Amino acid sequence: MLDKRTSIEEAIAQITDGASIMVGGFGVPGTPFLLLEELVRQGQKRLTIIKNDANESGMGVDLLVANGQVARLVVSHLGLNPHAIERMNAGDITVEFCAQGILAERIRAAGAGLPAVLTDIGIDTLLADGKPVIEFEGQRCLVEKALSADFALIHAERADPFGNHTYAASARNFSPLMAMAAQTVIVEAEQLVAEGEIAPDAVHTPGPFVDAVVHLEALTDAYGVVRRGNEVVNRAG
Amino acid sequence: MQARERIVRRAAREVRAGMTVNLGIGLPTGIAAYLEAGMNVCLHSENGVAGVGPAVATERADRNLIDAGGAYVSTLPGASFFDSAVSFALVRGGRLDLALLGAMQVSASGDLANWIIPGKFTPGVGGGMELAQKSRRVVALMTHCDKGGRPKILQECTLPLTAPRCVDRVITDMAVIDIRGGTMLLREIAEGVSVQEVVDATDAPLTIDADAISTF
Repeated sequence: MLDKRTSIEEAIAQITDGASIMVGGFGVPGTPFLLLEELVRQGQKRLTIIKNDANESGMGVDLLVANGQVARLVVSHLGLNPHAIERMNAGDITVEFCAQGILAERIRAAGAGLPAVLTDIGIDTLLADGKPVIEFEGQRCLVEKALSADFALIHAERADPFGNHTYAASARNFSPLMAMAAQTVIVEAEQLVAEGEIAPDAVHTPGPFVDAVVHLEALTDAYGVVRRGNEVVNRAG
Repeated sequence: MQARERIVRRAAREVRAGMTVNLGIGLPTGIAAYLEAGMNVCLHSENGVAGVGPAVATERADRNLIDAGGAYVSTLPGASFFDSAVSFALVRGGRLDLALLGAMQVSASGDLANWIIPGKFTPGVGGGMELAQKSRRVVALMTHCDKGGRPKILQECTLPLTAPRCVDRVITDMAVIDIRGGTMLLREIAEGVSVQEVVDATDAPLTIDADAISTF
């Protein structure tokens, strides 16, 4: 099958100013920190970032926010990132909040070629503002628009050159959905294995969804166990 | 006993063997420590875990295994991992027997407000709306009054809602109150608290059957 191995510089250089980017991860697990750090280094501007959360202050997506590269965030919550909340309240970035499972379903719908999903989640709340409400089979439903993006940045535990990959434990979260919903899907992998080494039954996201595979030679501190409070942040492994 | 501990201890008694349960972020997370050892219960975490086990110290933590509040956790035999769409299919599909959720305000008809104080606290809702709307049973936990002594159980919530008419039971540091068809029924009072004190601290009518009220 097609060999999609790419250097990290080349993979991220495809991203242009104004792009929309889905970023896997829920907190630390599944966040593609090295792809994000390369995006910070290259400096593309006016980005829309779609992620469950904006990481914690000083990590991952927050580095893009701090570097003035983000115009808009689409998230389910920002609770762990007071810096991002501050920037939102100051009007530096716009934030669209979405109920977590509906965010997942909007992304999944786009990946599955569906224009929208109907749901009663969030009806008669602030999150329904501006969204069409229809009556379907006697039930009032919000129309939640499918959410696609120009790019998806995904962290895999293992990948083969064709892009078949697996996720570890709770690092899976939004990644399999985002890997279906973006025009260009860039996967960073902790381990690069030969084709066939991931048994077909064990593949979490199939290779045809993937455009580029970046092998991480080593992980950085950001991937490690976070020690909060006054403790020193542990270094990854 | 501190208010928080009193609430969490009482709330732990809501969890029964055989249930699939979500413990919301904040106060409810503390319930895990008070569950009967070895109780056969499946804890769901919305970041994609069923079968969450005890929290683990950072030295022994798996960097890829957290709960929805960001704490490093273990898994129990029988656990599974899944993506966020599957996680919320489990919630919206009605597979959660019980959600124990932190609250800022609860209304007499069971409306829940727990996600935003406009202009002051705007972290986003996370999975709260779905847990509140779709769990088979929703138990809200909070202190009975705010720091200024103002009631948080109200005829109508003043904060924006997480979900309307979703709360089945409220557990506070003063009382356990059931909500049925728009009425609030006082079921239990905390040790050392009188019925009148609960009534005075509640800004909604309580149905009271003095003989049926127990103490926790």
